[in-house]
Amino acid sequence: MLVYIARRIVYVIPIVISVALVCFLLVHITPGDPLVAVLPADASQELAQQLRVAYGFDRPLPVQFALWLWRAVHGDLGNSIATGRPVLSEVTRAVGNTVTLALAAASIGFTLGLLLGLIAGYFRDTWVDKVASSIAIAGVSLPHYWLGMVLVIIFSVQLSWLPAVGAGPGGSGQWAWDWEHIRYLILPAITTAAIPMGIVTRTVRALTGDILSQDFVEALRAKGLRETGVFRHVIKNAAPTALAVMGLQLGYMLGGSILIETVFSWPGSGFLLNSAIFQRDLPLLQGTILVLALFFVFLNLVVDIAQASIDPRIKRG
Amino acid sequence: MMSIPAMTDMALQAAPATKARGYWATVGRRIRRDKVSMVCAFILALIFLSALLAPWLHLADPYQGSMIRRLRHIGTPNYPLGTDELGRDMLARLIYGGRLSLVIGILPVILSFVIGTTLGLIAGYVGGRINTAIMRTVDVFYAFPSVLLAIAISGALGAGIVNSIVSLTIVFVPQIARVAESVTTGVRNMDFVEAARASGAGAFTIMRVHMLGNVLGPIFVYATGLISVSMILAAGLSFLGLGTKPPEPEWGLMLNTLRTAIYVNPWVAALPGAMIFAVSICFNLLSDGMRSAMDIRS
Repeated sequence: MLVYIARRIVYVIPIVISVALVCFLLVHITPGDPLVAVLPADASQELAQQLRVAYGFDRPLPVQFALWLWRAVHGDLGNSIATGRPVLSEVTRAVGNTVTLALAAASIGFTLGLLLGLIAGYFRDTWVDKVASSIAIAGVSLPHYWLGMVLVIIFSVQLSWLPAVGAGPGGSGQWAWDWEHIRYLILPAITTAAIPMGIVTRTVRALTGDILSQDFVEALRAKGLRETGVFRHVIKNAAPTALAVMGLQLGYMLGGSILIETVFSWPGSGFLLNSAIFQRDLPLLQGTILVLALFFVFLNLVVDIAQASIDPRIKRG
Repeated sequence: MMSIPAMTDMALQAAPATKARGYWATVGRRIRRDKVSMVCAFILALIFLSALLAPWLHLADPYQGSMIRRLRHIGTPNYPLGTDELGRDMLARLIYGGRLSLVIGILPVILSFVIGTTLGLIAGYVGGRINTAIMRTVDVFYAFPSVLLAIAISGALGAGIVNSIVSLTIVFVPQIARVAESVTTGVRNMDFVEAARASGAGAFTIMRVHMLGNVLGPIFVYATGLISVSMILAAGLSFLGLGTKPPEPEWGLMLNTLRTAIYVNPWVAALPGAMIFAVSICFNLLSDGMRSAMDIRS
């Protein structure tokens, strides 16, 4: 098992470097000078040249990449052009809020998805299955930013039950797990949960159906096992794949939160990314994407290892 | 002596072709019997046709605003679906909006279908170093959540329709290439490919004549499923201000500009999203229907 973990970690290193390369190149595929956002329109040629040297933009690209990567490894992602604060501290603060949102959404989406999926797979081709499957397909087909708008329309505009935007009273940045704050979390969390709910339902339904049609289930029933016992076997067999899908979905929620965070003005990493894009704050853009992508790579690694450790069928050699 | 290998070659080339036609005919018949798929196909056809024929449908001008007729409710005389924040007719804008929304949603899938299938077919058939080179590059793009990648590329390239299509294509190519590669690897060692190779067919001929027909089905179904994601993402990019620019009618952008109106006229503001949802769910159901129709076992 340790050998397997070591091999997986070694395999991740080239991926991490390539991901960093993609993030680095993103800024350099931008049309025009990366300095455009910093320089005033009437800046002189000399000033532009000075800044280019100061930022290191005059050096060859591979050298720039090596330097950038070296600093990134040491936790220095540069300073935000808009605020002047270090990118890393801006990103870590925002990621905390995104994690809060993703975890809340995961607990809603995964619970519902597992329940609906198991029921639909067990009662396949009955009306129960049809209802659960319809909910699931609606979940994966919903434009989530639109779902967010509709929920705001119903619960904030029409009923005035829950706040429409923000992450706490008075726009304070500090998150706390009390009702005053959780009120703000409910709508964004439900919105974020829709897609993972649909995908988990569909996966678990297919898994359950496949497992129930296998011969060993027939054998279990023949030897007189009760249905609750059969169900336990189904869950044990479906767990590794379901876990992998849920891990991936958690990664998508963390990395793909920009649309929902924009709808709800939720001060997370997606919201930060949005402002970085529109203020053309390139170091911030680069840094946020790098942190989110590395998060995703790391999560995939954890899921792989977890899957291998609970599923004896996966070869660890 | 000369004619014998030529004949075998012809027979080998003909055999999969006729078999494929029979298979697709069966799939077509099964799809036509599926009620859900047929309803979805009908709704999609309606949306496509009305978008295509919009100029001949005697609609109001989708660009003509009116300061005194802003944000009319659904059901107002002359404005069956109300008006938007600049007093433009919603019905006309929703129908005209289909033109741009469908193009920016579907074109990336078509482009990545062509590019991804080509890459996957080459990687799967040639194997070796070329496979490693293609598939490891694909892995790198897989290391990004797709929404993040699309927004990162669009954000770096800047707003615009072309940039949004380019960024979505970059997001989908790796996914299709992966499916194509695994299907191709499965088909590569089958007897009829071996036979074609033994009778002297070149790599290009084998890929084009013998393998393409056998791998296209699963890739096509996968790509149809992607259209739903692509529609949501393309409209999402416009919603963020990274795609279409005003005053063009496009569902994602309309949803964004109407967002400020949810306190005045909420249900009109929600209409463009309903269109995205309708197209997206129809493509998903159609893709499901196709998948089960192509699954001959059941």
